[in-house]
Amino acid sequence: MAKIKLKRSSPHVDMTPMVDLFSLLLTFFMLTTSFRPQEAKVIDSPSSVSDKTAPDKNVITVLVSKDDKVFFNMDNGKDSTTHYRKDLIIEISKRYGFSINPQQIKAFEQGSSFGMPIKDIKGWLNEKDGKKKEKLQTGIPIDTVGTQMPELGDWVRFARIINQTAEVAIKGDADANFKTVKKVMDLMQVNNVNKFNLVTNLQKEEATLEDLKK
Amino acid sequence: MGEIIENDSGHKKGGGRRSPRKMGAHIDMTPMVDLMCLLITFFMLTTAFSKPKVMEITMPEPPDPNAPPPAVADFRTYSIILSDNDKIYWYWHKDVPEDAPKGALPTFDKWHKTNFSKDGLRKVLLSKNEKVFTEIYYLIEKVKKVELVMSDDSLNAKIKRIKKSDKKSPIILIKADEKTKYKSIVNVVDEMAICNIASYAIVDISLEEKALIQKAPK
Repeated sequence: MAKIKLKRSSPHVDMTPMVDLFSLLLTFFMLTTSFRPQEAKVIDSPSSVSDKTAPDKNVITVLVSKDDKVFFNMDNGKDSTTHYRKDLIIEISKRYGFSINPQQIKAFEQGSSFGMPIKDIKGWLNEKDGKKKEKLQTGIPIDTVGTQMPELGDWVRFARIINQTAEVAIKGDADANFKTVKKVMDLMQVNNVNKFNLVTNLQKEEATLEDLKK
Repeated sequence: MGEIIENDSGHKKGGGRRSPRKMGAHIDMTPMVDLMCLLITFFMLTTAFSKPKVMEITMPEPPDPNAPPPAVADFRTYSIILSDNDKIYWYWHKDVPEDAPKGALPTFDKWHKTNFSKDGLRKVLLSKNEKVFTEIYYLIEKVKKVELVMSDDSLNAKIKRIKKSDKKSPIILIKADEKTKYKSIVNVVDEMAICNIASYAIVDISLEEKALIQKAPK
């Protein structure tokens, strides 16, 4: 009797549909992607019902981390003709009387949020190693020493002079102390900023008439 | 990898002349799939889908020390005092005894303790702001049911007008002590938005108030 021969299936699976799907997905992600901006510290913002979208250009952002450290960020403006960050670092270097070379200016212009006392800023700009760079991010001083304006106040002041139309956003961590945020707000108010955008996550919630009648 | 696998069952054409490359050449797609997987994973992880939202808040300008403090009607003013662990106290300015000196506080038994739950602060705020809240609520319901057609802008303007028109709606003063977390402040301001409170402000806590909540039973 002849043995029943099992049909040997070919080990090659037709991958065309899979490749089709992958190409679609890939195209989708490539087109919709807006890269998550690199931030000095991970900040977990609280949630609110507000559905106003945060402006992504023309905005001065002050970040307050969980451990009450303060970071600063400012964008270069809506188009490539403005270089607000470059102007800012030049003004700050003049104010604090230190020299700054073109490489450092470029490093600053391309960076994002940062937070360190101004005396450390050159070290931070020169540092290439990511880990060491992170270590230098110790937060911007916000406490008044003597009669001098805290450094954050100067950052905000020059940022406001350079970009007068910029909005001000505060991105605080849910677990940051309000005391710190309040200090930041006070420093802003000294610079005539009275309207703040608090960055939050959207969480829908509504009160109904039943809540009222309870 | 990358070899071209000839199809054995390829047609023979033209009297035995084989043209194996003409039909059914399978290309091994594994490397391509690998690469695509990697790229997709990369894009999925780096994409920020939800755009951050912002809550607008306007702080009162620092008052001129020489100017007299603004006159606020006691009967519509409430103070909310925040402390650590999400504890909330509130008092009504009308509960300050009439003959008391300026800036006096009501006695502690007139202070109310509440929390962030739905039956806590929200209920208090809604009951104080009943008139404005119901008016806005019915307006939004009407727009939702398309009984009333309004653009978002004009709806917002209308809501603003309703909020402004009521001269008896509460004025809330939000005060926080040093132990307050940022989250709590955002929550309270959020409650104001949910309950359609027309006027509220974050103000500094006074020393007397601080002393009172420190003495408060835990």
